[in-house]
Formats: sequence, structure tokens, C-alpha cells
Amino acid sequence: MNMVVCVKRVPDTADSEVHIDASGKDIDKSRLSFGINEYDNYAVEEAIQIKERLEGNVTVISLGGKESDEVIRMALAKGGDEAIRLEDDAFAGGDALAVAKALAAAIKGLEYDMVFAGSLADDDGYAAVPVALAELLGVPHATYVKKVEILEPGKKAKVGRELEGGLMEVLEIDMPCVLGIQSGINEPRYASFKGIKQAAKKEIALKSAADLGLDASDLGEAGSWAVLEQFTPPVVGEMAEMLEGEPEETAAKLAAILKEKGLV
Amino acid sequence: MKDIFVLMEHRRGDMRDVSVEMLSGAGKLGGTVVAVLLGKDVDAFADKAAGFADKVLYVNDAMFENFNSALYQKALSALIKEHGPGVVLMGNTAQGVDLAPALAVELEAPLVTDVTAMEMDGEKPKPTRTFYGGKLDAHLTMKDADLYILTIREATFVADEPSKSGEIVKTDNPVSEDVAYRKFLEYVEPEIGDVDITQSTLLVGVGRGIREDKNLPVVEELAQAMGADLAASRAVVDAGWLPSDRQVGISGKTVKPKLYLAVGISGAFQHVTGMKGSEVIVAINKDPDAPIFGIADYGIVDDLFKVVPKLAEKIKELKGA
Repeated sequence: MNMVVCVKRVPDTADSEVHIDASGKDIDKSRLSFGINEYDNYAVEEAIQIKERLEGNVTVISLGGKESDEVIRMALAKGGDEAIRLEDDAFAGGDALAVAKALAAAIKGLEYDMVFAGSLADDDGYAAVPVALAELLGVPHATYVKKVEILEPGKKAKVGRELEGGLMEVLEIDMPCVLGIQSGINEPRYASFKGIKQAAKKEIALKSAADLGLDASDLGEAGSWAVLEQFTPPVVGEMAEMLEGEPEETAAKLAAILKEKGLV
Repeated sequence: MKDIFVLMEHRRGDMRDVSVEMLSGAGKLGGTVVAVLLGKDVDAFADKAAGFADKVLYVNDAMFENFNSALYQKALSALIKEHGPGVVLMGNTAQGVDLAPALAVELEAPLVTDVTAMEMDGEKPKPTRTFYGGKLDAHLTMKDADLYILTIREATFVADEPSKSGEIVKTDNPVSEDVAYRKFLEYVEPEIGDVDITQSTLLVGVGRGIREDKNLPVVEELAQAMGADLAASRAVVDAGWLPSDRQVGISGKTVKPKLYLAVGISGAFQHVTGMKGSEVIVAINKDPDAPIFGIADYGIVDDLFKVVPKLAEKIKELKGA
């Protein structure tokens, strides 16, 4: 089984404050930490687990600058075999479609049975790359995948898609195919020290837009579905009544409110 | 203005709410609203849709009994080519997300997903969507095209009362044969656990802010002091710290307790959808801009590890008194 995993380096904003920068079209990333998109981390694990069960090869691919090497090397350290990074100034400003076009151009040249990508990116939340990528490659797809069972290596798989309310839709899909992987599908491993050392020595093949045969209309804003005009803080409803003070005071105030409302 | 197609979403005998919401919202954009219904013997859904649409295109065929994005894509692509709508709306749901990007690529139509607000600039939609888990709104301009596709977040539009009586047009299935490369097999129900949180009166919801499973006793102690059950955000369940039957949100349960105390939960839409109907909502989070404070009744901005043990202590004191 030849597998490809698409990974993206994203800022960790789940537990941090997010500030719009002076352009109004980006955020101030200076105080944010970065790492692999959480959903992609599950995609990497799924590919590596299948490789361990059935043998095969895992190619890690990412679109981004040199700083993405850190995310790629971590996937190699966990069990990835080869790596490709798509780097070009012309990729800047592209949305899910432009990213999918670049990934498709790179993957077309590879022998693959399954392509894995996170079903969603933590930053833009488009959830469109895996499905658009499949259409560009001309292969079947399924996204929000939370279970993968290989029925016949290289030929057929049974996958479970997570629907609303936790219901699972089970379907059979032919290979080659693209699967958008949902978080929680597996337990992503930590890389071993030995794996990290070995991954540090592996080569990451670089491909530019020209190497991929992409022209200007496929790239950046021109290759995108839409252009981001402006970020604004979200419109919030009536804000909560905020309880102020040291933990001792806020806890006492809240406990008193809950008691008064008959909730404790 | 060209027609607006709205894809009706249904599953196992229920038309999903987002369908009527989208028809209601589309009715305010201008243009003729066409409900597109693919299904097997779902005449009742066609009748329902007709109350909100100017026209219902109804394809009745066994191949549409259950959702299969490959078949939906073929059918929609053919219907769009035949009727030439200017905008296609579908839910930003497990169905819509599995379908819209492929359809957009096939038809070379610009797509914006997970839209939370939209208006029309002539024939062209101007959508708004969120970035960074709901921490920012992004205002977008779509590329000029003959057709635009948007997936709409649930509850973006408010469902009206039925006020139309659109013509139901039974349409021949444009898809001549089933596909072999993707086949629907079955639905599998979620696992049932020891506590049914949809029945709980008091819930303490735990989020990513708890950081590690070894910190769980901090919230467990609070829940015990309150006599509450523990619920969880997706991140906590994905990490395996609490079982999936405790998950609140779109892919988990919808709860309406008397009190929902959210601890270390930022309040992403996916979670909030499942708990916003709670009678009283309290949030403890260290990020003052966390969206959870926008729906909470009471909030504390602080380190949960400092506040939660104190709160457990105070509640024990009050209960003892």
C-alpha cells in the first residue's frame, strides 16, 4: 500500500488570544506557537498504522515555507518514509482550492493507493481540501472519516464517516482514493528519540510551482475560490456578567449565585 | 436575478432543520428559490419544502434512499447544467462538506464553506465565515462566475413559518446508473455509556483547558461537590480523557440542563450548538475573548486550576451550611 499524507503547519489558537494585524487580513502571529494541524496529526497516525499492519510506504507532503520542515520531520519520525515540500512565493494567499491544486499536481506524479488529509484545518476551517483534491485527481473520496478498514489492499476499503449526533455512515470505497480524516479516529503516537534522529537526516524534496507545471491562474489568490477582504472580531451576543477579583472572591461570588438560583 | 438552488438534506426519514432554514434565508436574497430534493419516496418532504420554496425539483429514485456524495454530485451537476441557477446552497454538514468541494471543482464554480452570514451584491454572494475556531469573522469576495456554491452553517438562517406553495416538479433521475466505486452500506449508532447527559440537571463541561487527563480530578471534585455530571468538548473526547457518550456538540449530544458550567472550553460553534439551550450557562476560561463568554450568563476570566478548587470548596461550605 502506497500512502500519501498531507500535513499543514498552523498556529495554535485554541487556547490563545487572537489579534488582527495592521493589514486587517491576517493575525498577529508573533506570540503564537505553531504545530501540525490537529486533524492532520490523526491522518499521519492512520497512514502509519496501516503501513505497520500491511506494509507499504508513506509519503508526507506539505505546502509551506522552510518552517514547515519541523512538522514534516515529526511525521517522518513517527514512521513516514519520504517527504515533499511545495514551496513558492506564488502560493501565498491561496485558499483551499489553490492548495488542493498544488497538492494534486504533486501527488499525480506518485504511485498511491490512498491519500490522507485532515478533514479540516484549525486555522481557516474550510474543510474542503480532501474532497477538492480527490476531484482534481479524479478518484473517489470520503471525508469526516473516523474508521478505516482495508478490505483488499490497493483495491477496496470500508470507511466510517462521522455524521451529526455521533451517528456513523459506513461505506465501501475503491482505491485509489482520498480520505479526509476526522480527529479522534486513533491515538496519535509520540515520536521516539531514535525516530527523530533518523528523520533529521532524511531528505525533503522541494517542488516549486514551475516544477509542478502550475501556471499563474492556479496560484495564490488567482487560483482561489474567494479572496479574504477583512477580518473583524466576531459579533457576540450579550456578554456574560463577568465576576471580577481573585480566585477566592470570584469562586465565592459564583457559589453564592448558584445557591441563590437553587442550582446547588 | 438567476434562480437559487437549495439542496434539501434528509436522513432516515427526517428532513434536517438546515433545509428549511436555507429555504427561508434564500427567500430573502431575491430570486426564485428552488428546493432540490433527491430521495426515495419522500413526497412528504417535497410537500414540506413547497411551503418555503417557489419550486421543488423532486427526483424520486431508490439510489437516493441514503446519501452518497458520488450520486448526489452526478445528479446535481446535471440539474444545474439543465436549469442554470446562479447560486447553490447546501448545509455545511457531514453531507454538504462531502459533496460541495467536488461539485465546485467539477463545475469550476467558486465555493465558500461554513458560511455564517451572506448578502447579495447583484448576482454575486458576499459571504462571511469564521476563522480560528470562531475567534474571528472573515469577510470574503468570491471570484466572478456564472455559478456560486455555498455551504451554510446550521442555524445561520432562521426558519420561517411556511408561506409559499411552490410547484412540485417531479423530475426524471438524470443519473442513469449507480456507481460502483463508492457504496453506502449502513448506519452505526453511537455507543451508549453509563450516564445519559441529556437527562442531567447539572453539567460541568470540560474542555481543552484541562490540558492533561491527570488534571481531571480537579473538575471531578467540583462536579461531585455540585452533584453534577461531567460532559466534555470534542478535544477532551478525541484525546480519550472522557468517553464519547459525554461529548456535547454537533457530533455529540445536545443538552439542556438547568446549569452548564463550562470549564476551559473556548466555545467553538461545534460545541455551543449542543449546549446553548441550557437554562444557565457559566464559563471559566483564561482567554477574555473566548467566544463562550458571548453565550454565558456569568463568566470568570482566570486560570481554571486556581478557580475550580476554590469553587468546589465554597459550594461544599454552602451545602454544609
